[in-house]
Amino acid sequence: MENPSEQEIRSLAHDIYARMDWEWARGGMPTISQGWLPNSGFLHYGWEGYSEAIILYALALGAPALPLSPDVYNSWRDTYQWENIYGHDYLYAGPLFIHLFSHAWIDFRGIKDTFFADKNSDYFENTKRAIAVQREYTRRNPHAFKGYEADIWGLTACDGPSGSPVTVERRQQYFYGYAARGVPYGPDDGTLAPWAGLATLPFAPDASMACINRTLEAYPNLVRDGRFSSAYNPTHGGAGPEGWVADYYSGLDQGLIVLMIENHRSGMIWDLMKKIPALRRGLKAGGFGKGWLA
Amino acid sequence: MSKARKYDLCIIGGGPAGISAARLAAFNGATVALFERDRLGGNSLNTGCIPSKSIIRTGRLYADIRDARALGAESPPPMADNFAETMQRARDIQARIARHESPESLAADGIDVFFGAVAFSGPRQLTTAGGENVFFKKALVCTGSRARDPDIPGLADIGYQSNETVFAMAKLPERMMVIGGGPLGCELAQAFCRLGCKVSLVHSEPKFLPMEERDAAQLLSDALSRDGVEIHLNTVATAARMVDGKKQVDLLSNGYAFSVTVDEVLTGTGRAPNVEGLGLEKAGVKFDTQAGIGVDDFLCTSNSRVYAAGDVCLPYKFTHMAEASADMAVRNALFFGHCRLSRRHIPWCTYTDPEIAHIGLYVDEANALGIPLKTYTILMLDVDRAITDGEDEGFVKIQVLQGTERIMGATIVARHAGEMINEISLAMQAGIGLSALTEVIHAYPTQAGAIKLAADACRRDRQSGLTRFLNRLSLIFS
Repeated sequence: MENPSEQEIRSLAHDIYARMDWEWARGGMPTISQGWLPNSGFLHYGWEGYSEAIILYALALGAPALPLSPDVYNSWRDTYQWENIYGHDYLYAGPLFIHLFSHAWIDFRGIKDTFFADKNSDYFENTKRAIAVQREYTRRNPHAFKGYEADIWGLTACDGPSGSPVTVERRQQYFYGYAARGVPYGPDDGTLAPWAGLATLPFAPDASMACINRTLEAYPNLVRDGRFSSAYNPTHGGAGPEGWVADYYSGLDQGLIVLMIENHRSGMIWDLMKKIPALRRGLKAGGFGKGWLA
Repeated sequence: MSKARKYDLCIIGGGPAGISAARLAAFNGATVALFERDRLGGNSLNTGCIPSKSIIRTGRLYADIRDARALGAESPPPMADNFAETMQRARDIQARIARHESPESLAADGIDVFFGAVAFSGPRQLTTAGGENVFFKKALVCTGSRARDPDIPGLADIGYQSNETVFAMAKLPERMMVIGGGPLGCELAQAFCRLGCKVSLVHSEPKFLPMEERDAAQLLSDALSRDGVEIHLNTVATAARMVDGKKQVDLLSNGYAFSVTVDEVLTGTGRAPNVEGLGLEKAGVKFDTQAGIGVDDFLCTSNSRVYAAGDVCLPYKFTHMAEASADMAVRNALFFGHCRLSRRHIPWCTYTDPEIAHIGLYVDEANALGIPLKTYTILMLDVDRAITDGEDEGFVKIQVLQGTERIMGATIVARHAGEMINEISLAMQAGIGLSALTEVIHAYPTQAGAIKLAADACRRDRQSGLTRFLNRLSLIFS
């Protein structure tokens, strides 16, 4: 199954993870720093608000040699916001990818940390509600973008058009290029990521399939060589009804789709990850319990 | 003053706190002396809120004209530079408001007003610059604050503007750098940009208004960018110099060094309390040059006869807070009051467009204290009046204690957030729960209707399954 290249990748990844000093990675801040540069040192901002960093924290807390203190995870969680939007209670994060990327690896069904202890929800259920908020947002379509409807959604971090603005209902609509688009606060310039709907398959299969079917029905040109393009924007001018279309595919997007389809089909990625001691250790240190961690 | 006088209350500082305190004390029969070093009205009238809000209003008009087509109107041709008139209007407004706070009007209220420096010469006495001694039963220090000098090598040599000088500018600079992305920097960066200046806004943190929540700061960042402000977040100014008659400022952002050349630099890098030269040591009043005069929850200093109010002692450097704290200090000092600062809910607002207003706990503060909150969010996109006004950017977020309807805080981002936050202030001060606001009939359509929508969401949420069942049951028999 493993060729020498795969073995080397696995070995190097293991070595890096084993020697990582996670307390150092805070850079003296309450939460893990978002980066370090050789010339200027730590970026002086950490992770704020619910984000895809949950797997980062799980790995950091479960590191074999120099793990992160559980207090740091609690500090990060202090920036969470439990919101009621469109009648849905959920842990808010605007872009859809935040609700998906840690979840591709970790099966959050049945396990919850203390944040969710009194909330009749968990990180898995939370993603379902985030999908519901996305659908409600595009159904309402407050900015009158072309193509938005209850079954056509997918606001997330992705490439997008840039350049001159166009007029939408008398207002000047600017375009943001690559941006972490989100709901309901934006940014939103009418750009959608067709792969995002497909990546929600394990969480809301009916909504996911409805999104895929409706998107393909309206915009068949979004699939080229059997793959979804990274993003499209019907509001921005283009050759077809799909308007502007990203001219490349992103491995990040395609990889997520593969992981999520397999999780939906067999749960294989989740099951493999459940066997990794470091992840179990990290989740437990973060206060997760019950379910498959019991 | 020919001989030593004695007053029930001596007030040092004739800003909003001092004037408010003097009027309250005199109205209730106290003998009051008010000492002002320079001009009555303080920062707010002379170099702060009043001139800044005047030019912000003009800038807002320019923005509306620019966006006229979005409202179904036609944009007029480009306007001529009218900066001198804009600034003259601000000065006219200052003069108009100053008439309410003139020495004559204060004297008519029974207040003795003295101009010039004054300092404590003992625990119960003041001495004027002319050597006259004035005795007091109680004293109130409300000397305010001043713009903090930025620590940027070379900047002092080339000269820069602060809020204390910028409103006296005769000509709109072609290019201006604003250093500091707090309330003052953001407000003035946007206003000057809308007046026609090319503005670069430099801020050391990853988001503007570091106290405010991320979504609010992001909406502001988007709005500034849309106005044409050149944004430099995570960026510090490291040096400044003159080059060919222009001001060149070196910037450093995540290790990347570059320079920007401008005609003028405006700094808004915080405020320092005015504690120097007051003889506070002689009165036994403890103070700190960074945090100001130390006060307890009753606004009393380490000298039980001396109180303080406003910017000189509070972290909340707002005009309304200066006046509120002065009111409390006077009641506590003279009239057996027992007013605690911690019992007041303090709103504040940054007057950008959209405005950003806040009151109470922030969510991260609450989480750190172990207080679980639930946020009810209404988007201005869903508020009818905001839609008709073309002012649908922003949100109302109201936090309640989880499982209850007790309001713990709120953040409003909206064009008139400063007006809207007052309803939340009232509810919090009066102990009115969020869902109770559903019974307050709000005029329709208004942008404050967003608060009613949040209350409705809370009411629906709080309605138990049993209540819903009983309501359905009653439908059968009705």
